Amino acid sequence: MPAHDVLIIGAGLAGQRAALAAAQGGASVGILSKVHPVRSHSVAAAGGINAAISLDDDWHSHAYDTVKGSDFLGDQDAIEIMCSQAPAEVMHLEHIGVTFHRNEHGLLDLRAFGGASMKRTAYVADITGQAILHVLYEQLMKHHETVDRFEEWFVTSLLRDERGVCCGVVARDVRTGAMEVFHAKNTILACGGAGQVYSPTTNALIVTGDGIAHAYRIGAPLMDMEMVQYHPTTLVENGLLITEGARGEGAILLNSEGERFMEKYAPNKLDLASRDVVSRAEQTEILEGRGVGANKDGIYLDITKVPRKRTLEALREIVNIGKDFAGVDITREPIMIRPGQHYIMGGVKTDSDGATPIEGLYAAGEVACVSVHGGNRLGANSLLDTLIFGRRAGEHAAKRALGMPMPTTANGQLNDDVAAIDAILARDHSGRRVSEIKRELGETMNQYVAVYRDQEGLDTALGVVKRLQEEAERAYIDDRGTVFNQDVLGAIELGYMLDCAEATVVGAIERKESRGAQFRTDFPERNDDEWLKHIDLTRGEDGTPRVSYSPVTITQWQPEERKY
Amino acid sequence: MAETHRPPEQFTLRVRRYNPESGEAPYWDEHTIELEPHRSVLEGILQAKARFDGSIGIRCSCRAAICGSCGVRINGEPGLACHTHLDAARASAKDGTIEIEPMGNMPVIKDLIVDMDAVHWKKIQRVTPWLLAKQPTPEREYVVAKDAMVDVTQTMACIQCGACVSDCLAMEVDPGFIGPAALAKAYRFVGDPRDDRQRERLVDLSEDPQGIFDCTHCFKCVDACPKDVNPMGQIMRLRRVAISDQHIVDANNGERHEAALTTLVRDYGLLHEAELVPRSYGGNSWFGKFHPAAGKELLSLLPTAVKAIAKGKIGIKQALLGHKLAGADLKAVQRIYQTVESRPERYELNLYISGEDE
Repeated sequence: MPAHDVLIIGAGLAGQRAALAAAQGGASVGILSKVHPVRSHSVAAAGGINAAISLDDDWHSHAYDTVKGSDFLGDQDAIEIMCSQAPAEVMHLEHIGVTFHRNEHGLLDLRAFGGASMKRTAYVADITGQAILHVLYEQLMKHHETVDRFEEWFVTSLLRDERGVCCGVVARDVRTGAMEVFHAKNTILACGGAGQVYSPTTNALIVTGDGIAHAYRIGAPLMDMEMVQYHPTTLVENGLLITEGARGEGAILLNSEGERFMEKYAPNKLDLASRDVVSRAEQTEILEGRGVGANKDGIYLDITKVPRKRTLEALREIVNIGKDFAGVDITREPIMIRPGQHYIMGGVKTDSDGATPIEGLYAAGEVACVSVHGGNRLGANSLLDTLIFGRRAGEHAAKRALGMPMPTTANGQLNDDVAAIDAILARDHSGRRVSEIKRELGETMNQYVAVYRDQEGLDTALGVVKRLQEEAERAYIDDRGTVFNQDVLGAIELGYMLDCAEATVVGAIERKESRGAQFRTDFPERNDDEWLKHIDLTRGEDGTPRVSYSPVTITQWQPEERKY
Repeated sequence: MAETHRPPEQFTLRVRRYNPESGEAPYWDEHTIELEPHRSVLEGILQAKARFDGSIGIRCSCRAAICGSCGVRINGEPGLACHTHLDAARASAKDGTIEIEPMGNMPVIKDLIVDMDAVHWKKIQRVTPWLLAKQPTPEREYVVAKDAMVDVTQTMACIQCGACVSDCLAMEVDPGFIGPAALAKAYRFVGDPRDDRQRERLVDLSEDPQGIFDCTHCFKCVDACPKDVNPMGQIMRLRRVAISDQHIVDANNGERHEAALTTLVRDYGLLHEAELVPRSYGGNSWFGKFHPAAGKELLSLLPTAVKAIAKGKIGIKQALLGHKLAGADLKAVQRIYQTVESRPERYELNLYISGEDE
């Protein structure tokens, strides 16, 4: 059975960056992912990566914008680390081969992005995530002797020894169905968010909250799970993402009266206010009857303002998305968008080295909550988060592994997981289909735990989630095979998603104020006196979340009224 | 503003199924799904999976043609299932039923899932797929021309879906051919001004008989690519840099063949087939046919020539003397040569670098 100093679960940007950093630190490294690494959802990050690299920029300005974007819920020590280390990280990416767009002087070009006080987003057309992900994978291929890759392996459990220290995972080889124990001195969760809890979502089908559920199930606290980002520009047709880079390049939002309504909501930053602000503005316009389209549930994004040559060169992917998925030539006519689930700011609670309160367990990227995004993440800060904290987790874990013996465990968990899968395969067709439960979950969350929330809706959502948890216990599947049985993995993922959904709803009920992405119509004000704190959720004996609080770290920026 | 909402319609999907555990041969399976016509074939398959049969195997994730998971063949043509509309797929189906099969040139693992490691990724690893950057590393970024970066971004846009590999004709005949995806990846480094090993890369890919000169120029990969990477175009650019800039002599006689072909077209206005082989192998002049290497090659081609003459495809006179354009037309062809050769730099057409504003 495989044994590594550092085992990484997930091979998107955070995971691959952690693997390379840990290998550089002299550790033996394994990286395991349920899909081939280049299929990871980081590939879909479009617009760019923030760093104060311009000579007239300063990382303090980037940090302040991030703090303000977070609605003062972000931990300022972690934000300072991220923003001050950003320029060096972007230069590192450039040196290993990322094809960042250049300006006329041959230097990195920068574009405008939401919530930023100046242009500081480096980019590769609108495929920045893809370009970085593929370049990191080039590096993994280069370092194949020091990093073992386990591609298309699905984790079923985290392992803990008798002292409660995390010491590896149990995983299933998707291709053969074989189950195996992976021993590790350190385990880093880097397996992304939980967007599939919502429907529609911009997130890929693989984004099912696996890592969040794994950590939660072995007792790690989740933090700020109520903070769910709705992206202002997702396609009405099917929820696909239209990059914020479009507005960065000059596109504007219009309601059914042809009015540039952001003038009312954010007179200074207009269409480039932070995402929570823009999404709420759009939702208000729609609720007040000024939406566009047959159902009046959309908003126009007018990209024709951007010069056509520039659109074709720098926004190529959304030209294709418009054409292929909405039948619209975005260089000639506006496209219909609306707010849609995009990102979760919450996740597994970590310190600024990615360490969770469970010894031996780290988390980095969207799965984690450091917290650098607080109540609302700025566009182009997520790639940065994955890379900075992926690297730091990898480095820290490699150091921790030094001089430590390789842990061993009994096969109890492996046997339990094998039995659990056999039980799913053996279920008769008396319950509901996994796919039906998943659809009801997604629609419920999108209805009640969205841009605007209130007690009644959240209570309804919690009731549905509880019922679905019970139904999921009996949900049936069709595939009884071992080779590429995606059906049985889907049933397991449903359980992960329901854990995440429950935490999100409980957090949203708990936070009786409006801050960042959480807007309670029954508590419409931000309340720093009572709620300038993180909500931590730990799994109780009975399987339901226990609530506790932790303070927000404030270093240089006191909370103030937030205006864009 | 286009109103794209159209009512759902029924579509029948015929899916190629294969279960490696059953011991049975592959078979076809049909499901009728209901979706708006502009929805993707992938959404159709996902509906069939959700409603009728969860055991249908297909890799998929992003639904937006960016993760590269769902490469399949639809009505015989390779592409992404998420990138093909149901109505378009039905229109191109031979009997109104959308046929979905696994990609070609790679072993099938289950249903629509193929073994990309065994073929696609193995070939990617063949081309030293990482930057060998110029040293010393600068403190900040490498300073490089804007267009050079946009240029390599075209190959960076490859999502490794395998659609080009699926239908590569050269690979079908010669499975050892490095192939379109990996060679496009190679251009990503050869075209990258930060790379320090461009000549070594080109020598490697030219001296390998299964390298850049093994491509038969069939355009299949250009049609297959869902991301406009234009793999064959990248292979041709690798050849041009290898031949014209680096003067590398390759193992497939490609460089000499190209020289012979361009000389013949300049002199005759048309291809002179009988001269092409001797000049490619014996030297690029009328005397080439007397070189021993040319004699050997001509001898090996003799049966083909005899067959062509016997079937009336060519006459003996034409075979020996070739054909030549009339004076004015020949001059027009030669003017093209003069124009192109008088340019200080070679034009490289890259559709990724967009044109002027309107």
